[in-house]
Amino acid sequence: MKRSIVCRCEDISEEDVIHAIGDGYTDIEELRKKLRIGMGPCQGRVCIQLVARILERKTGKKVAKIPLPTVRPPLIPVPLGTLASEKYEK
Amino acid sequence: MKSNADVVIIGGGINGCSLAYRLAKKGVDVVVVEKNYLSSGATGACGAGIRQQWSTKENTLLAIRSVKIFEQLSKELGHDIEFRQGGYLIAVHDEKEMKQAKKNVAMQRSLGLKVDILKPEEITDIVPILDVEGMRAIGATFCPTDGHANPFQTTFAYADAARRLGAEINTHTMATGLQLIKKTISAVVTDQGTINTNIVVNAAGIDSKAIADMVHIKLPLTPFRKEIMATERFKPLFEAMVISFKDGIYFSQQREGQIVGGIPIPEETGGYKTMPTFAFLQHMAQTLTRYAPILKHVNMLRHWTGFYDVTPDARPILGEVKELHGFIQCNGFSGHGFMISPMVSSLLTDLIANHKTSEVLDSLALERFKRKNIEKELSVVG
Repeated sequence: MKRSIVCRCEDISEEDVIHAIGDGYTDIEELRKKLRIGMGPCQGRVCIQLVARILERKTGKKVAKIPLPTVRPPLIPVPLGTLASEKYEK
Repeated sequence: MKSNADVVIIGGGINGCSLAYRLAKKGVDVVVVEKNYLSSGATGACGAGIRQQWSTKENTLLAIRSVKIFEQLSKELGHDIEFRQGGYLIAVHDEKEMKQAKKNVAMQRSLGLKVDILKPEEITDIVPILDVEGMRAIGATFCPTDGHANPFQTTFAYADAARRLGAEINTHTMATGLQLIKKTISAVVTDQGTINTNIVVNAAGIDSKAIADMVHIKLPLTPFRKEIMATERFKPLFEAMVISFKDGIYFSQQREGQIVGGIPIPEETGGYKTMPTFAFLQHMAQTLTRYAPILKHVNMLRHWTGFYDVTPDARPILGEVKELHGFIQCNGFSGHGFMISPMVSSLLTDLIANHKTSEVLDSLALERFKRKNIEKELSVVG
């Protein structure tokens, strides 16, 4: 069976997204929390645009009108050891 | 959207959705209005922990009974809420903390909770990656039946079950006013229309204060911005949530393998600002790698903010207010709304559907703040 991957980090397919939209999860943040899309190492750079397009196809809401998820820094993975390496100055 | 309902709940977080489910199950005609999407507030930003180790008897009782409900909730709702019991390990750092810990444990045991005081060398039996010296612990308390559930899945599962029972849940619908007839609620006005009802539940998280202001009722709620972070996934290394009241840190490994945890932001005061800060990140990374040095090799993926709606005694405000008939509070959870939500919705369902109150519910009424002596919950993190 053909299975188109939308989110590589969390292994979520186009069918999974369509199914969740059918269940009433029509908000991109809701889909994210339902399916974990955008929660992996890429932080949504690969999947979110694809999900927005599927949402447009299924709900008729234009991609340009679909709000992006909240930006959650640091955008690229950073080792905890690096973050801990400098002392926090008051 | 319906124009009449028995009960309107403002807020589609864990407490609003679980209450909608319990009321619908009793045959109550209930409508939820949520200004954003379900779990968009504190629920969706929370640390997912479920703890029974508290300093006040009321919180401990609420938590013990909530865990009993969580244990069978996936089955009840027909959806996996990812509940698991890996325990909570609470670090104890000095003699003063040990004295309080012993007092807490005695009270918790008197209520039937299984909880133990651990020696320093027993800490790594529970969480092998911890560095007892680095975390400066002289011991710990451990309750094996504490644990986690997935806040998103739990909220969605409640909402789906509530809808199946006839509840109407409206997202992207903002409550903009409350209408009264004499001293009784008569309607909720939203940006999508008006719903006539005699009972309104104010479960709007940090916005509960603004909702109560609409009818000139003052809630002693202060919003506290909190930050929390998640790492990349890795193989399961430990099951317990590790917390410290002294350092304010909490962290655990979630089912998927990522570490999720938080710590108070240095020099943070109350307010509605939502931007994540580098100060948090550095403080969190330093403290976390001091507790578990091996984690310095793990990548941090993201951090985000959420709010605690904090009351003067760090306990929720529940039940009907004296001044306004039909205006029911379900807020002020002070960072613990997810873990006690099963009992909160159960108590409020008793109140709304059966007109039945209880000692615990009475002790959490808004009116308690008029008294001189209020017992403050001491076991607070994050």
